[in-house]
Amino acid sequence: MSAEHVVPVRLYLLIFAALIVLTAITTVVAFVDLGAMNVVVMLLIAFTKATLVVLYFMHVRFTSRLTQLAAASGFAWLAILIGLTLSDVLTRQIVP
Amino acid sequence: MADAALDSAQVHVAHHFDDAEQQRQASTLGMWVFLAQEVMFFGGLFTLYVVYRTLHPEGFAHASHHLDVRLGATNTAVLITSSLTMALGVWASQMDRRRLLLVCIAVTALLGAVFLGIKSYEYWHKFHEHLVPGPNFVWDGPEAHTAEIFFSLYFALTGLHALHMVIGLGIMAWLFWMAWSGRVGSAYHAPVEISGLYWHFVDIVWIFLFPLLYLIGRH
Repeated sequence: MSAEHVVPVRLYLLIFAALIVLTAITTVVAFVDLGAMNVVVMLLIAFTKATLVVLYFMHVRFTSRLTQLAAASGFAWLAILIGLTLSDVLTRQIVP
Repeated sequence: MADAALDSAQVHVAHHFDDAEQQRQASTLGMWVFLAQEVMFFGGLFTLYVVYRTLHPEGFAHASHHLDVRLGATNTAVLITSSLTMALGVWASQMDRRRLLLVCIAVTALLGAVFLGIKSYEYWHKFHEHLVPGPNFVWDGPEAHTAEIFFSLYFALTGLHALHMVIGLGIMAWLFWMAWSGRVGSAYHAPVEISGLYWHFVDIVWIFLFPLLYLIGRH
């Protein structure tokens, strides 16, 4: 059983800076017309930010495998929920 | 010295755990199982959002223009900063720096209150502009029905998030008292860690809400 990992303050500050910069980027990019890429960039940045928070602020990178599995499971099930729902919605024939 | 530290750590260990480390890992795992449930709790609403936005992309983009990006971005920065102070609080408790821990908890709660203040102002503004779904909803542009659906989702998602923030403030108050009375420290800081996990989770929800609600169709 490993002892608890103490995340250094410098790393916390680095992650914080990255989160603020990413927020600024996503806000600016929203005003630039990239066509269909707008939503892709926006989601990519949101997922990157969420991953940074989960791995470092929430210490999942330094925790046990079992906890990592539990952390991943919620998001995996959400992907299934949205994926299966969309597979229905996107393939429906609207009959007037 | 080492024995004394070990003894004070053992005081907090419940009888069904082998040692403090096992107890700490169990509480972290338990919190993540709870958070997985929270992901699904918010997930239902997020799925609704995805479905309606897929069906009515234009109407959603149009309705989103009625939200204030500056306030949304400010609130994002406020929440991210509060996550930093929360994370520093965990560090302070690990280092047994009680005064710093108290400051971190207080600043985190203060930033949470600032977030809720800005949010309340936005809500007040929406009431004023008749953008709250219901009999008083007024919409001049096209796709009035879609706009009403967008604002229903806006209030449901941000409302559920704000409720979590209010609960978070309660947790911070409790945590402050725990730290103030010396119940948490380097030997036993699971309450700080677990409360932090909750706080960061609520931050993550907002990280997705901000672009999905405020930033669509701005270009």
